[in-house]
Amino acid sequence: MTQQVGTVTWINGPVIRARGSRNVSMLELVEVGEEHLVGEVIGLNGDVITAQVYEETSGMRPGAPVFGTGLPLSVELGPGLLRSIFDGVQRPLPVIEMRLGSFIERGMRLTPLYRKTPWDFTPRVSVGDEVSGGIILGTVPETDALEHRVMVPPDVSGTLTWVAPAGKYTLEDIIAKVRTRSGAERELTMLQRWPVRRLRPYKTRLGQNIPLITGQRVLDTFFPVAKGGAAAIPGGFGSGKTVTQHQIAKWADTEVIVYIGCGERGNEMTEVLQEFPHLVDPRSGRPLMERTVLIANTSNMPVAAREASIYTGITIAEYYRDMGYHVALMADSTSRWAEALREVSGRLEEMPAEEGYPAYLANRLAEFYERAGYVETLNGSKGSVSVVGAVSPPGGDFSEPVTQHTKRFIRCFWALDKALASARHFPSINWLDSYSEYLEDVADWWREEVGKDWYHQRNQAMEILSEESRLSQIVKLVGPDALPDEERLILETARLLREGFLQQSAMDEIDQYSTVQKQIRMLELILHFHQRALRIVKHGAAISVIHNLPSVGTLIRMKTLVPNDQLEKLDDIQKEIDQQMDQLDSEYR
Amino acid sequence: MNQVINQGGQEVIGVGRVEGPILVVEGGIDVGYDEVVEIHDSQGQLRRGRILEVGEGMAVVEVFAGTTGLSVDGTRVRFLGGPLHIPVAEEMLGRIFDGLGNPLDGGPQPLTDRYADINGQPINPTARVYPRDFIQTGISAIDGLNTLLRGQKLPLFSGAGMPHDQLAAQIVRQATLGRPAGEASGDSEQFAIVFAAMGVKHDVADFFRHSFTESGALTRVAMFLNLADDPPVERLVTPRAALTLAEYLAFERGMHVLVVLTDMTNYCEALRQISNIRGEVPSRKGYPGYLYSDLASIYERTGRIKTSDGSITQVPILTMPNDDITHPVPDLTGYITEGQIVLGRDLNHNGIYPPITVLPSLSRLMKDGIGAGRTRADHSHLSAQLYAAYAHVMDVRSLASVIGEEELGEVDQQYLKFGRAFEQEFVNQTYTENRTIERTLDIGWKLLSMLPKEELTRVTLEEIEKYYGAGQRDGHASD
Repeated sequence: MTQQVGTVTWINGPVIRARGSRNVSMLELVEVGEEHLVGEVIGLNGDVITAQVYEETSGMRPGAPVFGTGLPLSVELGPGLLRSIFDGVQRPLPVIEMRLGSFIERGMRLTPLYRKTPWDFTPRVSVGDEVSGGIILGTVPETDALEHRVMVPPDVSGTLTWVAPAGKYTLEDIIAKVRTRSGAERELTMLQRWPVRRLRPYKTRLGQNIPLITGQRVLDTFFPVAKGGAAAIPGGFGSGKTVTQHQIAKWADTEVIVYIGCGERGNEMTEVLQEFPHLVDPRSGRPLMERTVLIANTSNMPVAAREASIYTGITIAEYYRDMGYHVALMADSTSRWAEALREVSGRLEEMPAEEGYPAYLANRLAEFYERAGYVETLNGSKGSVSVVGAVSPPGGDFSEPVTQHTKRFIRCFWALDKALASARHFPSINWLDSYSEYLEDVADWWREEVGKDWYHQRNQAMEILSEESRLSQIVKLVGPDALPDEERLILETARLLREGFLQQSAMDEIDQYSTVQKQIRMLELILHFHQRALRIVKHGAAISVIHNLPSVGTLIRMKTLVPNDQLEKLDDIQKEIDQQMDQLDSEYR
Repeated sequence: MNQVINQGGQEVIGVGRVEGPILVVEGGIDVGYDEVVEIHDSQGQLRRGRILEVGEGMAVVEVFAGTTGLSVDGTRVRFLGGPLHIPVAEEMLGRIFDGLGNPLDGGPQPLTDRYADINGQPINPTARVYPRDFIQTGISAIDGLNTLLRGQKLPLFSGAGMPHDQLAAQIVRQATLGRPAGEASGDSEQFAIVFAAMGVKHDVADFFRHSFTESGALTRVAMFLNLADDPPVERLVTPRAALTLAEYLAFERGMHVLVVLTDMTNYCEALRQISNIRGEVPSRKGYPGYLYSDLASIYERTGRIKTSDGSITQVPILTMPNDDITHPVPDLTGYITEGQIVLGRDLNHNGIYPPITVLPSLSRLMKDGIGAGRTRADHSHLSAQLYAAYAHVMDVRSLASVIGEEELGEVDQQYLKFGRAFEQEFVNQTYTENRTIERTLDIGWKLLSMLPKEELTRVTLEEIEKYYGAGQRDGHASD
């Protein structure tokens, strides 16, 4: 399949030029040198081919052969993706470790999915059925947590002439044969390939009105993202991007998680690898790893593969979406991906736009975020890909190009704040700088599924928080004593919201995940406290009376005291509040 | 004086262009990207270089020792046919080398047939072992609030004129594998130390040498020195040479290695210089767009792997130009390393040593290396509480500077007292003081006991019951 298409003439880091055939196509996968290093064509000019190479090019010489494959850079899709960890161009890292030991050497050619595993296939179609792209041929229990639905590849349709009976098959075994309209017979296996830079087709896009529940109170209650939506987490170093991403990857209520470690730390990926098999998904009761696909291209791995990792990840996500599943994709960090673009662009000596980034940066970002969506798939089921992209702005300055362009293509912005992180307020998401455009969209869901008027309460709490910010400006100038007690109560309630609700410990057994029921009840209690206290303050009680109530401490600690399955304890806390308030009511009438 | 890595190789006489430390060789040559070259000037003196870019019949070479004295016609360039390798051996501990790994101490070349590529190879994330063993440095602001673990990379962010060298020397001297509070520290397992100096002054190198000698550590230190007056291009090799030795010691000899790199800012400047001369598109402040990837290829050579008991822990030092933490060098470093220890000028002025500014400092891996069985069960909550309280102190201080201290409420006054005591008693210690983790945590509780119990919302009620006021009760405060 591969034949020589040219010889290398120039090498500069991951970028090479070669002279040769005029029949190589743009974005075609090429193999460079005797070691067959994987690369991708990124420019053609007459007989000059420019390619980026996904591996270290040390020692490569002009005159080395370049081989064409005739195919674009693609990923393998099929059972066995879950629980896997790949590099940016879908090479399985555990297999590399087995073959090469602890360090990654170049020139390793490996199939992403292990061919020999026997999978339990149960057909869902029979001979004579008319099938088209996306139709489910049968199912495979890929893990205990997820049923893999084997689909007809998007570009195939026709009549089934043969279907394999239920039984064990490997990825290479034929499980169905289709006679296409043209009369040719296509043999189908459980394995498909799809070019990473092309989005997988679907029938229609649907509205996004189901929230992605993450169990993180500041996200779910204050700045929700809808399933199929796109959110960005920008923040300087040390502001908690990665912990927030990990928390979402752990607790998001989707069937599948794709986690892309793009140009980040090696130890962080190791942490995920060691932690996820031991953490249990609160919904399926199975280890989290069983629903997770990891893509790790750490910062010291080749830079061009970092650029590819984002596409590899989202194509896998779309594949599970097409089965009718909800998928959440985390990309940590899109800035490193943008820097990879910049590095390659710089070596091509392209004209830079802002801060050395190529002018097409915005375009690429848009292409990526637009692959998120809630869709009706080709087989009529409904699935979604939600994208959460971390952004690492230099110096924590949100005015830089990657953050600014990202803001144009997402509808949910979780702004991390260094000052909050310094005070160990985690997740350090600044409630005044963040926004979500999905609020109205998901309000109905809360009413129907949780039975609470979330929208109203959430806005009430936001008002208190923004009022606090205004008041604290005054406090900074004149001290808190200058404020009337009613306004000082705002400060008091805002403290309850901050410490008792917004702060959430990723390390605490009980606090790390809050059900929506717990979230809304906690919010109700704090607002209830505020209402009752407001009446008492209006009747002349000093703010210190409120501040010293024992229930203040209870409200701050309730997040760690009340487990998700014992919410009736929150009713007890409400009684405690009411008792203390009744007492005060009678004193200040 | 140089060992020849690869006998033979082709030789070219005469070069096309010389510009700064860059040399362009033209002619019908067959060389590979990133190979090493030997360059002889017309006097026959030898220097070495590395290939940055190759095309048909041309190669761009960076010359480590600079191009002074090279002429277009009189220069002979020999291509050695492979990337730069240095010898690695256990006996290199106790020795001093230049930035390229040649002996500087008058001793012979290390006797070994083991040569390693200075670029190393990325560690496969699946082959790593997640760091969990805490290193006791005896410094409260680090052990208590920003715990260092074996296999972590934790830089010191400093500024000109601050005692980062003393602090690094103290860490090197005192670092031992931590034991849970209360347990006697058993064997004093010590680190092998690889020290790389990039563009620092002679005094600084001397200071470290003295400090290693005094503590008797010199026999387990390998020093790689590229001083301020040495060729800047060599600086690009120095940390890589040092880490190549560290990797050999840690992953092949099973040793625990502590790597100190100083000063990374000089390294980045050398990188910028080369990039500039090559006419590359700059990103921020003239630094090349690949600064992040380049730094990562140094910092990521840290950690533990499954097939070895050894570990590499990195403590890079960098000075922030104009104390600006958003400058590209500290900024990109912070995105790669697992936290940072920030030194502050205010504390330094107030005579606090070490002047560690607690709030922007962070150890990302800390959460997994502390707690019951590692340090003490209350460590994590105590540290969060100290952080939260000290952050509030900052707010109170700025308020007090406007309305005056007398106008503050009673609780805020207590916070001010707490803040002063925190800096004086917790952060502040002497250059030779080596505190146990238990002592550090006890000081923390003693300070928290200056605040009303109701303010302590980050610790549990049980912990308050057990430790609050303990310092006053049984005199833990004194040694």
